[in-house]
Amino acid sequence: MKVDVYEEKEDVRSKLDFYSTSPLTGDATDQDRATVTRRTSVYVYEAPVRLWHWINAAAIMVLCVTGYFIGSPPPSIDVAEAANQFTFGYIRFAHFAAAMVMTIGFFGRIYWAFVGNHHARQMFMLPVWDKKWWAEVVQEMKWYAFLEKRPKKYVGHNPLAQIAMFFFMTVGLSFMILTGFALYSEGVGRGSLVDMLFGPLLDFVGGSQMMHTLHHLGMWAIVIFMMIHIYAAIREDIMSRQSMVSTMISGTRTFKDDDPE
Amino acid sequence: MSEIETFYDVMRRQGITRRSFMKYCSLTASALGLGPAFVPQIAHAMETKPRTPVIWVHGLECTCCSESFIRSAHPLAKDVVLSMISLDYDDTLMAAAGHAAEAAMMDTIEKYKGQYILAVEGNPPLNEDGMFCISGGKPFVEKLKMAAKDAKAVISWGACASYGCVQAAKPNPTQATPVHKVITDKPIIKVPGCPPIAEVMTGVITYMLTFDRMPELDRQGRPAMFYGQRIHDKCYRRAHFDAGQFVEEWDDEGARKGYCLYKMGCKGPTTYNACSTVRWNEGVSFPIQSGHGCIGCSEDGFWDQGTFYDRVTSLAQFGVEGNADSVGMAAAGVVGTGIAAHAAVSALKSAQAKAQSKPSTEEV
Repeated sequence: MKVDVYEEKEDVRSKLDFYSTSPLTGDATDQDRATVTRRTSVYVYEAPVRLWHWINAAAIMVLCVTGYFIGSPPPSIDVAEAANQFTFGYIRFAHFAAAMVMTIGFFGRIYWAFVGNHHARQMFMLPVWDKKWWAEVVQEMKWYAFLEKRPKKYVGHNPLAQIAMFFFMTVGLSFMILTGFALYSEGVGRGSLVDMLFGPLLDFVGGSQMMHTLHHLGMWAIVIFMMIHIYAAIREDIMSRQSMVSTMISGTRTFKDDDPE
Repeated sequence: MSEIETFYDVMRRQGITRRSFMKYCSLTASALGLGPAFVPQIAHAMETKPRTPVIWVHGLECTCCSESFIRSAHPLAKDVVLSMISLDYDDTLMAAAGHAAEAAMMDTIEKYKGQYILAVEGNPPLNEDGMFCISGGKPFVEKLKMAAKDAKAVISWGACASYGCVQAAKPNPTQATPVHKVITDKPIIKVPGCPPIAEVMTGVITYMLTFDRMPELDRQGRPAMFYGQRIHDKCYRRAHFDAGQFVEEWDDEGARKGYCLYKMGCKGPTTYNACSTVRWNEGVSFPIQSGHGCIGCSEDGFWDQGTFYDRVTSLAQFGVEGNADSVGMAAAGVVGTGIAAHAAVSALKSAQAKAQSKPSTEEV
């Protein structure tokens, strides 16, 4: 329909004056200008949410790499006396430091869910009581199964994304923080605050070795989430009717059409 | 049974000089980490207190705890500790046998109701009414319950009594059950290990006799002074761990240089015990010092934590070779393939849609 409008040349010409006053310059054509005036955009993700997203992403990258090495260390490094070398110690330090950043970031994100806008809360609960939401879940699944020709427009996360965020971030990060601090408590030592808060979890799951296994499996769950998340974001950016990747940076969701549905 | 002598009486009767006795007291104080101020207290306790009667019962076990205990290298322990406590019943060590032995146990229970300590080595199997372990003609579980009823406290010796050990490993056909799940109304000290370190065993007993109370226990009921830290925390090879210097194979250069055994599956980082400080056989060595990783024998369910030679526990439910990493990588591989396939189909679909749409029709 975009095209329909411009098939009538006269119509375009009659509006030319108006378009030429638009601030769009560079290689913008009249057609671009006409389109832009009809584009809709909405500010969705406030600065703290975006900042959290990228800090969290960076911390998780560091945590996955160092965490994997903690479980399966890199080949021995033999350049100095043990006393003058701290390679594995630095790997562990990076893991613990990134974990602290991630944890504080996560708490900051929870705080923002209370004081931020409506979209800042979407990650923390699923509207399972809402029939319309379930219908959209089905709709979205069909879109991913190539059974739906045209996706719906979403201002925040689409329902599938929301489910993924809830289980892998809200639940997943909580799980990693709990199991991670339980393991950290062993190094800090018995009777410490970390030990008193998280130590009992070790007994609950049946010991330190089991806790390591769970923490490890949790990491792989997050790696898998990351793969799907990045793929879906890029795919949606190309194929859906709204912006995705730029929204993570600017916070503004722009729509590619102004159809009501 | 005659009146029980004090510890000091026993020692003097056995020809131990007062000087040796005082030496023993100071060594005991340092072994317990108490410092010189406690030496007179220990001496006083041993001079005045009557020996505590102990009943030592054996369930499903291999007697390695007893073997360890009688090798306690602590000065005088071999001779004295067995006399310090009044070991009134221990079917493995006692001279009496059969009915005479069982009578000695009944006698002690009657005479020292609520005063004796029950030491349990091994555990009771509960399946088939306990018939998998018969002691004195009766299922062991009955003997255990009977002896525990009037005990002051219970000591669970070793991994068997504390956690179940190999007989409780999956699938645990005899339903071997750790003591604290059968005796629920008595204070229980767990002294896990397979076996526990001799000096840890005698140390726990000495503490209880000296102070007339249980040592401070951790969340799992183990004496904190011996099980408060991991092997890893006090390991003399820790510097190599932090440096990232590992043994990669059993006979490589790293093994000869005494590098960290982490990659060989050492369970030191997940095992709470005193091996790296107290060590074994008169403090001569301990597994890591001998070049083999810790197998985590004092941890709950150590037989079910996969092989002794992997840091990342194998997960039996995912096949013999599965562990958290292989499962994770396989899942990531499947998801990655799925994503690639989905991306390909998406591209095809959208190309198809573009080809079908005429210039004047709606854009997809």
